[in-house]
Amino acid sequence: MYKILFSSVSKKFVMAVAGLFLILFLPVHLTINLMLLKSDPLPFNRAAHFMASFPVIKVFEVILFITLIVHIFYGIWLQIQNWRARPVKYASGQKSETSSFSRFMIWTGLTVLIFLIIHFFNFFFIKLGIVEGNPEDFYSVAHELFKIPAYNYIYLACFLLLGFHLHHAFSSAFQTLGLNHRIWTPVIKVLAWVYSIAIPAGFATIAIVLWQLK
Amino acid sequence: MKLTLKIWRQKDSKSKGRFETYHMENVSPEMSFLEMLDALNKRLVEEGGDPVAFDHDCREGICGSCGIYINGHPHGPVPGITTCHLSMRYFNDGETLWVEPWRAKPFPVIKDLIVDRSAFDKIQIAGGFISVDTGSAPEANSIPVRKQNADMAFDAAICIGCGACVAACKNASAMLFVSAKISQFALIPQGRIEAKERVRAMVEKMDELGFGNCSNTGACEAECPKKIKISNIARLNREYYKAY
Ligand code: SF4
Ligand code: FES
Repeated sequence: MYKILFSSVSKKFVMAVAGLFLILFLPVHLTINLMLLKSDPLPFNRAAHFMASFPVIKVFEVILFITLIVHIFYGIWLQIQNWRARPVKYASGQKSETSSFSRFMIWTGLTVLIFLIIHFFNFFFIKLGIVEGNPEDFYSVAHELFKIPAYNYIYLACFLLLGFHLHHAFSSAFQTLGLNHRIWTPVIKVLAWVYSIAIPAGFATIAIVLWQLK
Repeated sequence: MKLTLKIWRQKDSKSKGRFETYHMENVSPEMSFLEMLDALNKRLVEEGGDPVAFDHDCREGICGSCGIYINGHPHGPVPGITTCHLSMRYFNDGETLWVEPWRAKPFPVIKDLIVDRSAFDKIQIAGGFISVDTGSAPEANSIPVRKQNADMAFDAAICIGCGACVAACKNASAMLFVSAKISQFALIPQGRIEAKERVRAMVEKMDELGFGNCSNTGACEAECPKKIKISNIARLNREYYKAY
């Protein structure tokens, strides 16, 4: 049983399913963030309140959180095994052609994790009551944060790296699930470009607009 | 051509290795990489030194034994060929070449550039076969095989087990090799009979031997001398999910 659940292929399967779930969640988050652009704080705060209180969404939130933890935990576990599989490195480096950004998944992933920890302190933990703050007015919290230049630089850098991460993740997840097709795989590769540019660009644009608003 | 070679020298699996520098003069661009090493070894023997140990057999790209890692690429920088087919005309006069053995935990160095690839044999033994009764050869058309599948199975079956996929992969994963061995059977009716046991056993053995996990970088496909496609890895994944 252990061998089935934790074989290399099974672990990759879990990574892919968890990753795809997170990929589905990002557009939802982005849609809500778009409401930050309105001058009226009500729609955003209402949406945030709805996300925090609607029972079905609460269930999803728990699943999402577990998914995130599993994705991070498995990612690190797989990476440690991968490092151990090559104890002696090549002196002449590794110059083989690879899918773009696939070599840096652990690093882009860890950067996103650091961002998430900051993000959780700013929002999620306030909602959970772990950190002090007003969970009913995340609109103001966000607007205040985006006034800080350093926060913006970190935010934009993290989303750039998230874009790199998503680019490989998107098509890689399908390959791991066994979905490789003469016609559809090239389509998935194009979608990977679209998705990995559009989502981070969306978040980044909101940040830049709010930053410039001061 | 003049070349500077930085070659990994290691007495045996227990000793610590290091790079030695050799200067080669009068290398003909017509030589293959292995012939160039032969010339170096001839000189080393004449000088009373220890020749560089490297694996080779057929020297025509079919046995898969001549794996050498050259300047950041398994089988050298030219795609789709083995080291024995690598011609010296692909290198520039005065170039420095780094020559290393495959690096992977399941492929320990035996001597210099030779590694022990018996891990691949162990994976094969775990399930890379079909059960057939002995006796006279059966009538060829008694089991119909779809042409497209027969072609794809053949494309997978040309894997020569050289290990370049493992050498190229940043994770030292053996998935391309295993997927080729799974696919050559999975695609034809004769291989379907034991398909489930095969994929389970081969993946289990691969993991047990300490190969890394596939992260779909595609380095294996780029370096495979037989151009085995990573669509085979997707097939291996499908076969694995179907087996449970
Ligand atoms: S898949 Fe290609 S690189 Fe890997 S062992 Fe087979 S022939 Fe060599
Ligand atoms: S020596 Fe046989 S493939 Fe190169």
